[in-house]
Amino acid sequence: MTITVDGINKRFGKFQALNNVSLDIPEGKLTALLGPSGSGKTTLLRIIAGLESADSGRVSFSGKDVTKLHVRDRNIGFVFQHYALFRHMTVAQNIAFGLDSLPRKQRPSKAEIQKRVGELLEMIQLPHLANRFPAQLSGGQKQRVALARSIATRPKILLLDEPFGALDAKVRKDLRRWLRNLHDEFHFTSIFVTHDQEEALELSDQVVVMSQGNVEQVNEPTELYARPDSRFVFDFLGQVNVLSGEVKHSRLTQGSAWVTIPGIEHQGNVQLYLRPHEVRLATAPVAHANLPLRIEAVSLIGSEVRVELRPEGWESEGSDNIWEVGISHAEFNQQRPTRGDLRYAVPEVGHLFTGKDTQPVTVNWDEADLSPRIRLIN
Amino acid sequence: MSTANQAGAVVSQRWPRIGNRSKRVLPGFGLSLGISLLFISLILMLPLTGLVMEVSAMSFDQFWFVITDPRVVASYKVTAFSALAASLFNGIFGLLLAWVLVRYEFPGKRLIDAVVDLPFALPTAVAGIVLATLFAENGWYGQWLSKLGIEVAFTPVGIIVAMAFTSLPFVVRTVQPVLEELAPEDEEAAVSLGASDGLVFRRVIFPALWPALLTGVALSFTRSLGEFGAVIFIAGNMPYVSEVTSLMIFVRLQEYDYAAASAIASVILLVSLVMLFAITLWQARYLKRIEGR
Repeated sequence: MTITVDGINKRFGKFQALNNVSLDIPEGKLTALLGPSGSGKTTLLRIIAGLESADSGRVSFSGKDVTKLHVRDRNIGFVFQHYALFRHMTVAQNIAFGLDSLPRKQRPSKAEIQKRVGELLEMIQLPHLANRFPAQLSGGQKQRVALARSIATRPKILLLDEPFGALDAKVRKDLRRWLRNLHDEFHFTSIFVTHDQEEALELSDQVVVMSQGNVEQVNEPTELYARPDSRFVFDFLGQVNVLSGEVKHSRLTQGSAWVTIPGIEHQGNVQLYLRPHEVRLATAPVAHANLPLRIEAVSLIGSEVRVELRPEGWESEGSDNIWEVGISHAEFNQQRPTRGDLRYAVPEVGHLFTGKDTQPVTVNWDEADLSPRIRLIN
Repeated sequence: MSTANQAGAVVSQRWPRIGNRSKRVLPGFGLSLGISLLFISLILMLPLTGLVMEVSAMSFDQFWFVITDPRVVASYKVTAFSALAASLFNGIFGLLLAWVLVRYEFPGKRLIDAVVDLPFALPTAVAGIVLATLFAENGWYGQWLSKLGIEVAFTPVGIIVAMAFTSLPFVVRTVQPVLEELAPEDEEAAVSLGASDGLVFRRVIFPALWPALLTGVALSFTRSLGEFGAVIFIAGNMPYVSEVTSLMIFVRLQEYDYAAASAIASVILLVSLVMLFAITLWQARYLKRIEGR
């Protein structure tokens, strides 16, 4: 089932939660609604579910207008952040609830319901907990029960509101993988809300980035990460290093820092955005860039070594005035950068914002420009 | 020995162990518990002990004779039946009132919320006189009801009305906070699973309210068992028909038969205690199950 959202507006008092939002959610795909709190992502999900009504606009499932249809007739599965399990019912009774609630004519027999509950319990790998009460389960188990409950009636659409938000990191990772498998197996059209960019990029087929009631950008995770349309999306999708300054004669300068930008005709103020992996660290300036930074902290945890640096003689944009560069553990072992060392950032790929609302231009510093002598310093 | 120590260790994880000051985080346990016990003793336990003392002065035969007097037995029946009817009425009406006060916004909501407590604040005798006047044959309600052939004042129905009036707040005030704390997600989850409004109420809301509602009804019932002021003005107080047990106690007191008054009072006390205790036990078990404690 495809989901189409067309010109949705929603106000809570003076607060414009959704501002003329239109979206197409493709069939059988896992879509993430990503945004900071207050961006309207949960409200949009609840409007799609029918738990909230829009002030104007339409929602349709596979072309059929469901705007006026009550949530109980939309046949969707909905999963809440805090599970919303019925605490006076056992796990099995919780899962059976949707089937028990069917009108008498459609309701399967008791034995069939029991069989289906058994299957679902197998699927969530908790058959031994059938007669437990929710209070006796861990957070991860509760969320799996909630998922089983929501798909017991075989809905075509599965909506999840921050499904992993209340879980700790390890459980969250397991459950994410499990949800992805579940989705691939059953081919729902799924939408999940999250404020965690990593989760959105890792788990989904398509990401919808939202901010202040608007859709900022819609794309596949890899494309989105590689080519953000706006400063907001850039900032929101992870750590970014910013050099803002004035361009004169193809050279962007701010204080003691400068970068040559090949082929630029623009003159005036610009911002250069660089991801941590798009920058190398060298012990001397290179021909196309002079970005002196002093090492503030080195973090060895994770698959990459994260180096935090403070600009020396110039300023980075952003509140904390810190640049972050990722280097490999091999590089780290060679160079042994330590706190207080001076390094020069060497941009390899960058994204240049010139106007206020324009899309960024990707800048590539050609490998040939970098003299072999300087590269050897690494 | 070691098993005893282990058991002790397990207990001390959950409850502050008396006499082990160094491990307790919250200060003032000894002082606050001491004061509480003192007041419970002075205000609750001592008078009750006095009652038992008074009763124990009688022989069992005398005691049995007093409490099984046919007129007194008739009053038990009237009281228990009326209290049951009143508390059931309050169970339904109180639940409705609590529901309206929690779920909807309307002008005058704060006022109604305050008025609910009025039966607690009003002297019960005042309530009795007002109700008797209203339901009398020429009263505001009574004149209409008498046309329908319903007599309230000076009949057992009047007792039910008076009891319901004085004990309504018990149900509202026990159900209201539970209703306020119900997570809206539970209902949303149920509706998203296709449940009708009736089913949501029956299978999701009511089971969550049930323990509080039962407690409220039980409190309302035990309060009604002992109601005196409001009831005597409207009951008519006809022997064997509309006399309540608390009136029988009063009658014995007027005859200076303190022992007999205490004997009848002890019956009411026993019934109330057993009921409250049973409900507390049942509720603890129910909550233990759903809260996983």
